[in-house]
Amino acid sequence: MHPVDAMGQDRDGAAYGFAFLDEDAKRELRRAIFKAVCIPGHQVPYASREMPIARGFGTGGMQLTLALLGPSDCVKVIDQGADDSVNAANIRAFFALTCPGVTGALRTEAASVIQTRHRIPEQPLRADQILVLQVPYPDPLVVVEPNAARRRRMHGRADYARLWVKLYEDMVAFDEITISHRYPTRINGHYIIDPSPIPRWDVPKLHRAECLYLFGAGREKRIYAVPPHTDAIPITFNDVAFAVESFRDRTTGKRHVCRRCGADDSFLDEFPDEDGVRVFQCSDAAWCAMRLDRMEAAE
Amino acid sequence: MAYVAIRGGADAIKGSARLMDALRAMGASAPLELDQIERQMPLLHSRVLSEGGLYHPRLASLALKQSLGDSLEAAFFLRAYRSTKPRLGETAPHDTRAMRIIRRVSAAFKDIPGGQMLGATPDYLHRLFRFELMDEGAERFADIARDWFGDRPGAQTPTTFPKVLDTLRAEGLLPPLADDETPPFDITREPLIFPVPRSAQLSTMARGETGGLLALAYSNMRGYGDVHPTVGELRVGYLPVMVPHPVTGKPMEAGEVLVTECEIVAMFEKADSGAPVFTLGYGACFGHNEVKAIAMAVLDRAISVAREKGRIANPSEDPEFVLLHVDGIESMGFCTHYKMPHYVTFQADMDRLRAARAKTGEAADAPR
Repeated sequence: MHPVDAMGQDRDGAAYGFAFLDEDAKRELRRAIFKAVCIPGHQVPYASREMPIARGFGTGGMQLTLALLGPSDCVKVIDQGADDSVNAANIRAFFALTCPGVTGALRTEAASVIQTRHRIPEQPLRADQILVLQVPYPDPLVVVEPNAARRRRMHGRADYARLWVKLYEDMVAFDEITISHRYPTRINGHYIIDPSPIPRWDVPKLHRAECLYLFGAGREKRIYAVPPHTDAIPITFNDVAFAVESFRDRTTGKRHVCRRCGADDSFLDEFPDEDGVRVFQCSDAAWCAMRLDRMEAAE
Repeated sequence: MAYVAIRGGADAIKGSARLMDALRAMGASAPLELDQIERQMPLLHSRVLSEGGLYHPRLASLALKQSLGDSLEAAFFLRAYRSTKPRLGETAPHDTRAMRIIRRVSAAFKDIPGGQMLGATPDYLHRLFRFELMDEGAERFADIARDWFGDRPGAQTPTTFPKVLDTLRAEGLLPPLADDETPPFDITREPLIFPVPRSAQLSTMARGETGGLLALAYSNMRGYGDVHPTVGELRVGYLPVMVPHPVTGKPMEAGEVLVTECEIVAMFEKADSGAPVFTLGYGACFGHNEVKAIAMAVLDRAISVAREKGRIANPSEDPEFVLLHVDGIESMGFCTHYKMPHYVTFQADMDRLRAARAKTGEAADAPR
């Protein structure tokens, strides 16, 4: 138990303790995390607590982060790759409020714990960093089997035939695999996970990484993990290669680059600017800022 | 891009919170007192207590005040607050015969032991506006109270009432109550992994969202199901809560909770002993929420039918379908989350659509 855990707990119940959750809840979360790491890709059920932000806004990720954080940690929160989007700002403010001592970071390399929604940072993470992903749908089989009890059996038997059939049907209908995000990914040769709504661009980052990836689904009450140095292979066919998003202009054939930092190796957000012209910009704000800083320093 | 501009996110949230607060304070109305919410909107208050799953009447009032009267949001406040509290102990099962009744009806029998007691209900009121309520003063309130209590003799109602269903049980028309010693499933400490025991089913519905429970139960009543319920007994009242003394372990009264309980009798089934018996559906929740308790009892019966027959014929009989979709905090949260930015996934969607369109020979996106 952490020394500051008991502090700040007002007898009237008006104030909140360190990291919001009661100690039993944090212990349960940590045990679920251990189990998830020991069985890579397996969805570990846990009694997800209600958080003061709504379900669907990252309550699963938040519980993981709260169970991980101690007062010496440095936390970074991103949503769609950005630190300053409303939801990221809101979650960061909650950590600041309930985790005294914990510092915040915008730079990817400075954080010990990074909570994210929909993106994995471009900067490869180190062994001493943990990436916590917020998960809306933990089970990749939900698209082919609505019944949870049957899905559990299918996972146990590594019975993923229907997922492949779905991919095959895609090929027949569109000559393309149409899964754009939440790409089913096989972990350590057995369980297939839903890697959360990250774009395909981010899926290869899961494979044999240095860092620990933790996935938290609050509403669906599941935790799973891709531990460091673990195989993470997006499922596909021998003759159909897995492809990440292409940012190549279809008429000129040139790759779009970030309008701020000029990066041609990052996932780009596409949007119309004030004049209605299509522009592109790094989705990972920290990556963009780091490149701009370097360019400024070089000048 | 103002939505996500640097600092913009945090500043926008602050501004939004200030505006929420300002909405309450605008105009000339006096600040709501917590007591007014509990007293004058007891049914809304009850709903929040029950869906929040935490019996804290004062905080339920605060939640309604802070959430500008949104019942889903208010219940959410109670739930989130609950996450900060450890589980200190467990109570033994409570017998609702010990309830201090404020209302009790049976649709099965004209007369019941202890008598029907209509209590406060809008059931038989005409929904015609009483325009005089648009302008009431404190004096009028005092008059109403004086009128009500003035001609009332002291406590004359009995403190406990027998259960209507006991009569049916005595006659053998309902199966005898089985003594179940298994500890109840605690949905606040364990996730639902199907199949789940009936205690998990009941506690999930006990804090379920009223509208969600009603919609599913109504589908069963209308034809997507065949429970055909009769309200054996519906009672509302205050139930003394007995908790084991931390030192002696002896039960002691810690207070009382307002509870609505509904037992429905459904069509008969063949029993193990051979003779057919009626079947039972059970609903109970915090606060005064009759529609919720009845809907819950119908769904309890519907799910049990499917379990007994080993066959799910309708959505309301499927425990996964019902139990995973009736929680207001979860469904409201997930519905709300679609308002958050999704541009990374949408970017990925566009990439796939463009690729598929290019392959099918359609004009790919024309550069502007």
